[in-house]
Amino acid sequence: MAEALTTPAVDVEGWSCPLPLRHQDRIVMGHGGGGQLSAELVQHLFLPAFGVAARTATPTDAHVLTLGNGVRLAFSTDTYVVRPLFFPGGNIGELAVYGTVNDLAMSGAQPLALSTGFVLEEGLEMDVLGRIATSMGAAALNAGVQLVTGDTKVVEHGHGDGVYINTAGIGLLPEGVDIRPERARPGDVVIVSGEIGLHGIAVLSLREGLEFGTELRSDTAPLNHLVAAMLAACADIHVLRDPTRGGLAASLCEIAETAQVGIEYDERSLPVPEAVRAACGFLGLDPIHVANEGKLVAFVAPDHADAVLAAMTATEVGSRATVIGRVVEEHAGVVVARTGLGSTRIVDRPLGEQLPRIC
Amino acid sequence: MCLGVPGKVLEIRSEQGTRMATVDFGGVTKTVCLAYVPEVQVGDYTIVHAGFAITQLDEASALETLQMFTDLGVLDELGGADDGVTGGAT
Amino acid sequence: MKYLDEFNDPALARSLFEQIDAAATKPWAIMEVCGGQTHSIIRNGIDQLLTDRVELIHGPGCPVCVTPLEMIDRALAIAARPNVLFTSFGDMLRVPGSREDLFSVKAKGGDVRVVYSPLDAVNLAQEHPDKDVVFFGVGFETTAPANAMAVFQARERGLHNFSMLVSHVLVPPAIEALMTSPTSRVQGFLAAGHVCTVMGTRQYEPLAQQYRVPIVVTGFEPLDVLDGIRRCVLQLEAGRAEVENAYPRAVRAEGNLPAQEMLARVFETCDRQWRGIGMIPASGWRLAPEFAAFDAERRFDVGELTVCEPERCRAGDVLQGVLKPDQCECFGKECTPRTPMGATMVSSEGACAAYFQYRRLDPPVAVHRG
Repeated sequence: MAEALTTPAVDVEGWSCPLPLRHQDRIVMGHGGGGQLSAELVQHLFLPAFGVAARTATPTDAHVLTLGNGVRLAFSTDTYVVRPLFFPGGNIGELAVYGTVNDLAMSGAQPLALSTGFVLEEGLEMDVLGRIATSMGAAALNAGVQLVTGDTKVVEHGHGDGVYINTAGIGLLPEGVDIRPERARPGDVVIVSGEIGLHGIAVLSLREGLEFGTELRSDTAPLNHLVAAMLAACADIHVLRDPTRGGLAASLCEIAETAQVGIEYDERSLPVPEAVRAACGFLGLDPIHVANEGKLVAFVAPDHADAVLAAMTATEVGSRATVIGRVVEEHAGVVVARTGLGSTRIVDRPLGEQLPRIC
Repeated sequence: MCLGVPGKVLEIRSEQGTRMATVDFGGVTKTVCLAYVPEVQVGDYTIVHAGFAITQLDEASALETLQMFTDLGVLDELGGADDGVTGGAT
Repeated sequence: MKYLDEFNDPALARSLFEQIDAAATKPWAIMEVCGGQTHSIIRNGIDQLLTDRVELIHGPGCPVCVTPLEMIDRALAIAARPNVLFTSFGDMLRVPGSREDLFSVKAKGGDVRVVYSPLDAVNLAQEHPDKDVVFFGVGFETTAPANAMAVFQARERGLHNFSMLVSHVLVPPAIEALMTSPTSRVQGFLAAGHVCTVMGTRQYEPLAQQYRVPIVVTGFEPLDVLDGIRRCVLQLEAGRAEVENAYPRAVRAEGNLPAQEMLARVFETCDRQWRGIGMIPASGWRLAPEFAAFDAERRFDVGELTVCEPERCRAGDVLQGVLKPDQCECFGKECTPRTPMGATMVSSEGACAAYFQYRRLDPPVAVHRG
């Protein structure tokens, strides 16, 4: 207890970063949304506070640890607080397993093992927990990964939203694979593995105050088999990213900023299902800001693009893969979309939570 | 304050004395209040804003407008830039 | 989506751009007074592709942007109260008050919820009889019928725990205020399509005549906006100043009569402060005395409100069309969507936010039609 009192508070005034969080002295929902606010929380609170201990951190990607014998392991974690727990196409259990499997796959690693941490709310029905756990087992089997260890805590009724799940995972990186956002370079072809916007809209359809009817189901799926097929076609893929919270826009923006390259894509080439466009239409949302759970975006050297695309479309999960754009030298750090009319617009991450609007 | 989207009325019912409908927007359905459009029937298109239908969409008019746009382009190709088509229904 | 996609056709758009090119023999300044149209113009790059001879000026058509600061502060004070369940359209959640916004009130424990329709708020009141449910009723005439019905329904259902904080604004008085301003350069207007769906087009005739400006009722999809501009330019070239309906599939001259009847019952006209512009007489609606029991302004005494706008914010000039967002010295520096100084940077179709979101490349990327 005494130690907690002597832990130095984070020195807000002493930060030298250009845009400190001066407008917020409390966490808001947007900080967990995967957009700009989330990124700022990591950059301006967590990393400075962790200090030297986070010197080698890779906040948004799986982290690579190189062992003495040259073997490389990827290590990643993800926490799921989704409500509702059950939604068309899946539940929180699948998301938790596939989420970390996919984080590892995005570095090119084959997942080996996952841990599962549960924070359960007092009063949660056993039956609900049982269904979630069964889904997790099935998902792990589907992904070819073992659930090897875990932990369970219970919090008082009213403090937990039913279930929170954290998964952490390790995977093995094949030799020669170097997949990082920094590797994006002008000329790279940008490929999306399938239709976007499904997960976010499926979940939003159940949200109180919005409820709408749809046959859309979450696209939650493991991506490691798809990545293995892609690497078999071309070992030198530059970047992989799974566009979850924040949507495709967030992923493209992160990569553009990290690699300091420009990205251009054609809006007409985005694979958006009609029902996603319709839901976004009446809610006033943009499909590029809507979360996905079983999709990836790949940056591939132009010489290899055809081979990688062919490998993707031969798989079930990547059957609708399509080229959407290119990396360019101009407007470094900025993503630009060409509209159907021929004009251009900048693409940004969503600011925070996706809010339906009427204007 | 204008985000109004066209949808097709699938089914009409009464909820707590108010005329409500299930409206289909290209594969997504929503419950909408029809209190302000008593003339709208199942199968009609309507424009929906903030959960309310604010008008029936005049389908014939929509097609006429599109045809006019097409005709403008054709006249252009034929070299008739002064098309004289300026008036609209008021 | 049917009756939307067809009005986005690139080939027809190219043809309309060319029609406008051919029609405009001199420079014209046209203003749209509708946030939805502003958003459509910037997001689709219509102003990028339009001939230089036609300048589009973005007017105060964003009700989120013009909601008076005092009303925002009042909403924040009510939302912070312990037993209040505060509901709002999503648009309002990030609008900065004098010191904070609804998001931060929520962070401190306020029960703030986004709804899609005001009827959802009424249903919440029914489901939570122990809570004081308040709905933030902002908007132009398009949204007023929905808000009116919510209040009406609350009364029909005998709900004592529902109230509305009303801050409606009206388009015709705004046009009048703009045209009487000495700095106005506006020569023609695009009138807001869905506002006219509700109110009809006849209110605009005296304005067109008195101020000698063409007023073209316009829709929102790219082809609709282009057609509105085309007709406005043709009128200007011919020296005409009439009300014209370029959105006949959704607008009739008489408007929506059942909606107008409900509006006349539930609301009465009042003076309104427009944030960034000032007081415009008879430019707003408030609840009629018959519905006083549902007026959140009366129900909640929030005491003295000291409002405080950032001094250097030029949202008012942007709203009146005398300043383009990227001409403001704060644009993109102290003032961004992440750290907004004024409401025009917050709302998704405030002109400043639209410019920041879609346009801030220097040099810009080359564009070409279709």
